Amino acid sequence: MRAIGIILAGGNNHRMKELSQKRAIGAMPIAGSYRSIDFALSNMSNSHIQKVAVFTQYNARSLNEHLSSSKWWDFGRKQGGLFVFTPAVTAENSNWYRGTADAVYQNLSFLKSSHEPYVVIASGDCVYKLDLNKVLEYHIDKKADITVVCKEMDASVNVERYGTIKMNEEYRIEEFEEKPIVAKSNTISCGIYVIRRRLLIEMIEKCAEEDRYDFVRDILIRHKDIKRIFGYKLKEYWRNIASVEDYFRVNMDFLKPEIRNYFFHEYPDIYSKVDDLPPAKYNVGAQIKNSLISSGCIVNGIVEDSVLFKKAYIGNNCYIKNSIILNDVYIGDNTHIENCIVESRDTIRANSYHKGEGGIKIVVERNERYVI
Amino acid sequence: MIKKEMIAMLLAGGQGSRLGVLTSKVAKPAVAFGGKYRIIDFPLSNCINSGVDTVGVLTQYQPLRLNSHIGIGIPWDLDRNIGGVSVLPPYEKSSNSEWYTGTANAIYQNIDYMEQFNPDYVLILSGDHIYKMDYEVMLDFHKQNKAEATIAVMPVPIEEASRFGVIITDENRKIQDFEEKPANPRSNLASMGIYIFNWKALKESLIAMAEQSALDFGKHVIPYLHKQGAPLYAYEFNGYWKDVGTLHSYWEANMELIDIVPDFNLYEEYWKIYTKSEILPPQYISSDSVVERSIIGEGSSIYGKVYNSVIGCGVVIGKDTVVRDSIIMNETKIGAFCELNKAIIAEKVTIEDKVRLGIGEEAPNETDPHIYNHGMVTIGEKSVIPKGITVGRNSVIFGVTTPEDYQDAALASGKTLIKAGDEA
Repeated sequence: MRAIGIILAGGNNHRMKELSQKRAIGAMPIAGSYRSIDFALSNMSNSHIQKVAVFTQYNARSLNEHLSSSKWWDFGRKQGGLFVFTPAVTAENSNWYRGTADAVYQNLSFLKSSHEPYVVIASGDCVYKLDLNKVLEYHIDKKADITVVCKEMDASVNVERYGTIKMNEEYRIEEFEEKPIVAKSNTISCGIYVIRRRLLIEMIEKCAEEDRYDFVRDILIRHKDIKRIFGYKLKEYWRNIASVEDYFRVNMDFLKPEIRNYFFHEYPDIYSKVDDLPPAKYNVGAQIKNSLISSGCIVNGIVEDSVLFKKAYIGNNCYIKNSIILNDVYIGDNTHIENCIVESRDTIRANSYHKGEGGIKIVVERNERYVI
Repeated sequence: MIKKEMIAMLLAGGQGSRLGVLTSKVAKPAVAFGGKYRIIDFPLSNCINSGVDTVGVLTQYQPLRLNSHIGIGIPWDLDRNIGGVSVLPPYEKSSNSEWYTGTANAIYQNIDYMEQFNPDYVLILSGDHIYKMDYEVMLDFHKQNKAEATIAVMPVPIEEASRFGVIITDENRKIQDFEEKPANPRSNLASMGIYIFNWKALKESLIAMAEQSALDFGKHVIPYLHKQGAPLYAYEFNGYWKDVGTLHSYWEANMELIDIVPDFNLYEEYWKIYTKSEILPPQYISSDSVVERSIIGEGSSIYGKVYNSVIGCGVVIGKDTVVRDSIIMNETKIGAFCELNKAIIAEKVTIEDKVRLGIGEEAPNETDPHIYNHGMVTIGEKSVIPKGITVGRNSVIFGVTTPEDYQDAALASGKTLIKAGDEA
């Protein structure tokens, strides 16, 4: 392969509220069986990128656990491999990653010691499928310095929390605004970039000299008029997880047949860590309507329009509606849960009542659980 | 020097002909079980959970599926620098090349494999039982008794003991005598086909008995050691253990998994069963579905009604289809408006719309009544059943069938319809 991969998975996001208290966004569980970083990793693996670095910083324990082995994404190779870089104190540096460009700078030896001519940079918080070889071809065709994967959002979507892009008819990026209050375009950056490795090293080193730390602001936006920066339009499904509402919606999207089919049954597959859980079990009293159920679940109650992650236990006479139950949750008998996200490893006592009124409620309950 | 205290040899070469068309194309240990597993996953998982990290798997009959399932042993953590899992098929030698002619003969032909690990003990397992067992506890028992060989035994009701090899012991579980399928059993301890041997004793007796045709552990090696006066002990096991040798016992063992708290519990935290998982996504249950008393594997899509059934991974069950008391293996597709009663459907089968299976009066199977019985319908792997066909009980279908293969769009009870080539 002609490229190495970098996945930025270090950031925190307060809009994820309680959900980010125990994990980085890259480790957010998606669609029953996956974590959000699986999409970036699988896309790279499926595009034959063999050497991938993941930069983690914020709350990385859950993410590191997920990245325990490179074999799930088929990276465990003699040529290449999966590298996880957390900030480290060195002779020259004792800072955290102060921004995306700084994260790359602090690990510049990874770039310098590689021989592949290109670098693909992606973030770990997006749900999509993308053949990166096509982006690379495009990048070469356009004789671009940097290619930014972008997506045209529906006019109804409020794009003020994205980077918005305006391109000319050749798809060269003319304007790039980060989180504009009034957006001039509804084409947004997906946070996926292709750039020549040597150019990236050069630009990152220059940034560092000037004490600049952010990839978007200090590299893309600053250089947009002197470098050839092009946009590659992604037509298929792409969502990023930046808030509780986004997160809820992305998971619920998988209840739609076309999206389920696109991700679950169409080649190429998305890979994830294998958990070796038994098949899901439905006892007498289970009534499931329009829901995704993962392995290791045991269901005794009613589940409607919901996503059950791995190893959820639903007690007798429960009613779960329009909710997301994360991994390894135990829900006691006669419990009502509606419009909620139940945090992983929760234990909810029998006869509880949780309902999100006018929004999604995040349920975090750490009761004693007795395991046999 | 490489040294492993105990290595395991897993006999996985048998056909298991009493499973009918299920083993036409695959060896019995590779037959699917419990939604997402294959039978061999149970002894392999027991090995790694017991700390046995060197396993030789002896294959002979239709090994392709087994080979690709086992690979280099990643799912069971048996990909090791030293030891791990090795698949051992029969091989050609400068003289005396032969197939594996018996259980002990297969082990005899792999003395070199075992020798390289310089073991103290060798554990002999078979690949066709469903159970969870800590072989380390059995090894402790073996060491305590200073035995040359230890046989795992299971107490069975005395009236059933005549179906097994029966072991007669003294009060210290030292073996006095054995009987193979006796008419009047003197003991209710049935041999489970699991042995621990001292490597030296095993090697000597295998070499001494090498000329015996169809060399077998139960029939030859154990009696030989007994005659030599070697101390042999019986290790009593009281957990769940199921021989899934016949279609009906296979069906029963699957159905036991759907009990509220099954005797054989896959959901326990500390004795995981590992398998190769190719399909990862969650399963989808649609708005019109009913799923009750069933287990379902990853990536399946259920649009119909499923009662009392064991469903594998990547299965599709169409709208308004009713599945009862059935086993459906991985990646089988079932159309809409079908009805399935007590059916065993192997992998990658296509059943088109409005097919009804297990309908009508019972009649004994015309070709193999001892295999296809208890009113079950059995469909072999990759079979196709065209639209609108009705199939009776105790019947079997294998191969890609077309409407011309059926009279009046029906296959009566007790009929056999086999269209696939090899050994059909």
